[in-house]
Amino acid sequence: MMGLKEKILTKSLWVFHASVGSCNNCDIEILDCLTPRFDIERFGIQLIGSIRHADVILVTGAMNKKALKRFKRVYAQAPKPCFIVAVGTCPCSMHMFKGSYSMQSPLDEIMPVDLYIPGCPPRPEAIIAGIAKLINKVTK
Amino acid sequence: MSALISYLIFPGFLFSLVVGGIGWWLERKFTARFQYRVGPPWYQTFFDIMKLFLKETIIPKGASKILFIISPLITLSAVIIFNFMLAEACFLDKSFVGDILVMLYLLIVPSLFIILGALSSRNPLALVGASREIKIMLSYEFVFIVSLIIIIIKSNGSLMLADIINNQLIHGMTLKSASGVIGFILALFYIQAKLGIVPFDAAEAEQEIMAGTIIEYSGPLLGFYRTAKTLLYFSLPLLVITLFGQVATSNPVYKYMALSGEYLIIILLISVIKNINPRLRVKEILTFFWFFLFPLGILGIILAIKGL
Repeated sequence: MMGLKEKILTKSLWVFHASVGSCNNCDIEILDCLTPRFDIERFGIQLIGSIRHADVILVTGAMNKKALKRFKRVYAQAPKPCFIVAVGTCPCSMHMFKGSYSMQSPLDEIMPVDLYIPGCPPRPEAIIAGIAKLINKVTK
Repeated sequence: MSALISYLIFPGFLFSLVVGGIGWWLERKFTARFQYRVGPPWYQTFFDIMKLFLKETIIPKGASKILFIISPLITLSAVIIFNFMLAEACFLDKSFVGDILVMLYLLIVPSLFIILGALSSRNPLALVGASREIKIMLSYEFVFIVSLIIIIIKSNGSLMLADIINNQLIHGMTLKSASGVIGFILALFYIQAKLGIVPFDAAEAEQEIMAGTIIEYSGPLLGFYRTAKTLLYFSLPLLVITLFGQVATSNPVYKYMALSGEYLIIILLISVIKNINPRLRVKEILTFFWFFLFPLGILGIILAIKGL
């Protein structure tokens, strides 16, 4: 019975996009996934505006100290079950911002991260492959 | 027992949910094909609804709790009753005097309770969405009543859906006359505005006010809204077909083929209008409905009185 629930959940993932101090390259690549060439809607994935409807939170950018407070509030507002995906090298490992005075630690030291998509920025193919891995991980 | 079956299964809730879900999917698929995309698979609408019922519901702090919970429920139940009445008149020939007025009232209930739900959620963006929805409602309900007046004049002043259907079976469909065409155009834009599809989606504008009226809803409560919208995707095109395009035939096979063909055409027209237009501002929507469609409707009423 548990498998069925996850199967239904992964057939229609609504994605909320949270940028916590990124350089906007990853954000552009995420939007590329929706274009005719990649068309992520064929997997039932939609980009939505309200955090209350989110199933997946895509985090882009290195977590800075000001954004951390806001991001924690955003995560608390999301209805569970909700997955966190770290897109780009910055949230995965802080990239070149490591040790900066204004930056927090990598995302997985603050929040439970379900999937890492490294790359600077990751290609749309990499993001789609990452989502497929997330679906496999959740349904198993 | 048979009343319960016709309420819950055919032609009531379950049947209209399945057809409405496929209708919504078709609209999304047409949109995708217009943009050279592949589009979602056919079961997408059903999975969207099922998923929402598995999620957690969050009630925002400081919201009016009773109104917040009860408005999706009332929305859904009003839409189910409307669907049942319409489908029964359409498929089983059961109708009563004045049912068209009852349907008019039942169609106002969903918009009204979406507005009330948004106002009770204590979110500023929902407030903006609700105020836009009220203004859009003022514009489209008005035009739809004009369109209904044309129909009532054409069917010799009868307020019964069965009489309207029978009148078309005898004299041919209303769409064949000039006033019928005008009424059909008015009703088509009414569907577009009622479902909140693109030129008229200012109340749920995703890029400006997130999700507008439904921004604070999550989980099953959002699922109720979504189910109601899916049901409306079935019943609003069916209402327009019943009022304007009833095919004069006694053979049930031809009747159902004609119905599904006309349903497809209406969904296609809706997605064409959706894809060639940008989102309008509230002022532009009001101007379009009041100063363009309303004079057209007056012309239609005059033509209908003349018997054209």
